[in-house]
Amino acid sequence: MSEKLEGILGLIDQMTEVNTDSIEPMAHALDITQPLREDKVTEVDMREKSLKLSNETDQSLFIVPRVIE
Amino acid sequence: MQNLTLKELSEGLKQKKFSSLELTKFFLNRLDLHNSSINAFITIDKDKSLAMAKRADEIIKEGNQDYLTGIPIAQKDIFCAEGWKTTCGSKMLDNFIAPYDSTVISKFNAAGAVNLGKTNMDEFAMGSSNETSYYGNVKNPWDIKTVPGGSSGGSAAAVAGMLAPAATATDTGGSIRQPASLCGLTGLKPTYGLVSRYGMIAFASSLDQAGPMCHTAEDCAAMMNVMSGHDPKDSTSIEREKENYLTGINNSIKGLKIGVPKEFFSEGLDSEVEKIIEQGINEYKKLGAEIVEISLPNNHLSIPVYYVIAPAEASSNLSRYDGVRYGYRTKEYDDLMDMYCKTREEGFGDEVKRRIMIGTYVLSAGYYDAYYLKAQKIRRLISEDFKKAFEKCDVILGPSAPSVAFPIGDKKEDPLKMYMQDVYTISTNLAGLPGLSMPGGLMNNLPVGIQLIGNYFSEAKLLNIAHIFQTNTNWHNLTPEEFK
Repeated sequence: MSEKLEGILGLIDQMTEVNTDSIEPMAHALDITQPLREDKVTEVDMREKSLKLSNETDQSLFIVPRVIE
Repeated sequence: MQNLTLKELSEGLKQKKFSSLELTKFFLNRLDLHNSSINAFITIDKDKSLAMAKRADEIIKEGNQDYLTGIPIAQKDIFCAEGWKTTCGSKMLDNFIAPYDSTVISKFNAAGAVNLGKTNMDEFAMGSSNETSYYGNVKNPWDIKTVPGGSSGGSAAAVAGMLAPAATATDTGGSIRQPASLCGLTGLKPTYGLVSRYGMIAFASSLDQAGPMCHTAEDCAAMMNVMSGHDPKDSTSIEREKENYLTGINNSIKGLKIGVPKEFFSEGLDSEVEKIIEQGINEYKKLGAEIVEISLPNNHLSIPVYYVIAPAEASSNLSRYDGVRYGYRTKEYDDLMDMYCKTREEGFGDEVKRRIMIGTYVLSAGYYDAYYLKAQKIRRLISEDFKKAFEKCDVILGPSAPSVAFPIGDKKEDPLKMYMQDVYTISTNLAGLPGLSMPGGLMNNLPVGIQLIGNYFSEAKLLNIAHIFQTNTNWHNLTPEEFK
């Protein structure tokens, strides 16, 4: 695994050949901003369906190992 | 029946030559006969498919038939479909029954299409050979000793083997176009944001885009008419008027300026593949197009940039698989941390782990500027190369992949070799542009794909340009001998 990771990092290091000092980073493919929407709930209630997907539940809770002693 | 295009199937249903139930049974029967030899599907649910077919027949009887009503479509197992096991090719989601429909699936349901089953894929869409799937390799119907490409290898093999008339697929760095190339199909990766990503399991959110995989460009246009459109549930979905991709499919391409990037014909391209691409260029000349040489000088950097950006986004997206709310959870654990670690250790395959580790590394304090920010800057350079190129031409033409289908196992142990499969496709994802692959010929009886890259939202034009090629050539009609 570590040998392969080093190989990939070597590949990534090819980026150093370009000077990018004055270039703006590009985060979104189309350079557009995220749209705003009205502040209202659009999600439907999926509580029952969602709980059914879990390995371990108790009524309305997902069960995980104790975190607080 | 397996040779019919979507257009012909649609007409056949309309003229009552066959019912959706008969059609669906026919393809389910082909799955019984052939799926075991190519492993194209992860989930087949005959009862569900047949129920959808019966409903479609009623819609047709009522006279409300749409283009795809009653036609069985194979769905990549990356799309959540309510009540269907949706695995993304991973052990992590082996027990996951999707509780809701992705927008793509909803749109096919609304169109009355039949879900024929969920197709195999590289785990979390990370791969170019469909060898990283938890559900085993997919084999290429053209030669079952070779790979179908990836990550949409199951969709590609299903359509190439004529187990499905058409399939959905997704493309983050080439996952529609490279398998389409290796399996002799037409596949379209639309402009980023044209098809909703809601309910499509995320790999690299700024690059992922869904599209169709079919035998012909005309069929891809019909699929796009269903798949595309603004979706408020996906904040990156583009708000623009919905197009009809079939309207201009027969437009003349006389005077079309085709740009050929010299960087796509350099070291690494198989010389026989190159000859076939050149034949394609000559065909377009005969059809009245003008060829201009262009340059994409930063294309060689697209692979290093991609292997920073895609893993960075993946490491964030895949952090949700912690065994708590859904998906795989390890059997024995001492505490919460132990549960997280063992769940992820056991639930993810090697390639996924590699990319999560690379991703967290390039985003970590001290390396963020040198890797992630640097990659985003070069991403802009790559994008600007295309802007300049499109000042000189209407469309860019080149190979889809550097070679034809390669033997199973050939590159599996060498990620760097595998990554080179996407050397001609990744840059369009980074720029967010649409790209199409279509069959351009055969080399040693294995398909070679020609890639067309267009400007933003030029899907209709790309499909038109490909359709004109296909009305004048026969490559898209060739099918693998053993699946006839």
